Amino acid sequence: MSAKNTPFIKQHEALGAKIVEFAGYNMPIQYTSINEEHKVVRETAGVFDVSHMGEFVFKGEYALDLLQRVSSNDVSTLAIGQIQYGYMPNISGGIIDDMLVYRIEDQVYMMVVNAANLDKDWDWIKSHNTASCDMFNISDNTALLAVQGPKAAEILQSLTDLDLAGMKYYTFKKGVFASCKNVLVSATGYTGAGGFEIYFQKEDADTIWDKMFEVGSSKGLRAIGLAARDTLRLEKGYNLYGNDIDETTSPLEAGLSWVTKFSKEFVNSINLKAEKEAGRKNALVGFKMIDRGIPRHDYELKDKDGNPIGKVTSGTMSPTLKQGIGMGYVKSEFANENSTIFVSVRDKLLEAVVVKLPFVK
Amino acid sequence: METPDNLKYSKDHEWVKVEGDTAIIGITAYAQGELGDIVFVDVDTVGDDLTEGDVFGTIEAVKTVSDLFMPIDGEILEINEGIDANPEIINTDPYGKGWIVKISIADSSQLEALLTAGQYKDLT
Repeated sequence: MSAKNTPFIKQHEALGAKIVEFAGYNMPIQYTSINEEHKVVRETAGVFDVSHMGEFVFKGEYALDLLQRVSSNDVSTLAIGQIQYGYMPNISGGIIDDMLVYRIEDQVYMMVVNAANLDKDWDWIKSHNTASCDMFNISDNTALLAVQGPKAAEILQSLTDLDLAGMKYYTFKKGVFASCKNVLVSATGYTGAGGFEIYFQKEDADTIWDKMFEVGSSKGLRAIGLAARDTLRLEKGYNLYGNDIDETTSPLEAGLSWVTKFSKEFVNSINLKAEKEAGRKNALVGFKMIDRGIPRHDYELKDKDGNPIGKVTSGTMSPTLKQGIGMGYVKSEFANENSTIFVSVRDKLLEAVVVKLPFVK
Repeated sequence: METPDNLKYSKDHEWVKVEGDTAIIGITAYAQGELGDIVFVDVDTVGDDLTEGDVFGTIEAVKTVSDLFMPIDGEILEINEGIDANPEIINTDPYGKGWIVKISIADSSQLEALLTAGQYKDLT
């Protein structure tokens, strides 16, 4: 099966992006240099094509019940215009996916899921849709650009009457953007740099891309690849599904207790509650390298005597700190801040220290 | 992509510059482009006698890590200290300031087996 394209493939190719297949899509991994692109987002603003993400819409009187069943978070607390982070537990103690839920109207919700999990998520939710709530997969018709960075609001403001700078984190507005109607502007992102995620019909893709760069290029707006998206999210300690969390990882050990609401019942909530009461055996922590080296996914974590205590789930050289940083699961006794741990890098044990997340404020 | 004619090349995308009994080794412009932003070069084999194909170090880019292989037999005499503080010079000047190690040539007949610039270009 050949990979699909997002509506922006022409733009990526014209910019000379390195294109890699990811979650069934040809995606731009980098345009010029990861470190350079990373810096643009931290200091100015950058545009990420994340149209591969999945969007589902739930409508009607049973929509909330269905979402309450599959989500770990309490969707009933969402007001119209608000967004909530959460995850879908499976029945064996792991995680189907993590996602955002938007309350669009009184009985209309949108869920945004990871591209790699789209089909699995759809089938999973459908299997819990016993009351036959109307479900729509709008992914193929929806384009998504994340414009991230401290200058995002200032750069984009001339394209819309919506008050961008006034939007609160995890809220959204719908309106006209770059003269395209029915655009959803969401004050969210995966970089910790501030900015927006902008959802629209794929027919409007060329117009919106062109107008963004028309107003933004002179102010330093640049296209940014998925590789920098990964270093940006890791500096903020955000989980990546498939790396840090998956079907086998406990959401509680992953630090997702804050979006696990036992005030309601949901898939596997009874077991998760019991797990919480028993206490965590392991914990997902962030660590910085003391010795020179770069932790990578699946490298072993050890104690000072070389006994295994866990595994690295994400790691990179932090472009901001110029230091190796990583996240990984360790036995609880090594999870405290300032604990010394060791990363097994090829034949060497390199010292690292557990730190509070985020790595970069 | 630049491939200077005065160098020899290995299938592992390294270049070899012969200087009498010694040789300078680096990675090619193609290799640095594939790796992306290089952030760390780890070589702790100075003084070691190694044979062709042995790993003499590793090169880390933001997203990936790759082994460095001996293109011929020899002893690692010296590592380029310039790349310790500024590994990105391997990206910007792979055939010049971005050289990686200097080795002694144990068996000069092995140089014959390396690729010419033309042969290497065909490979990439």
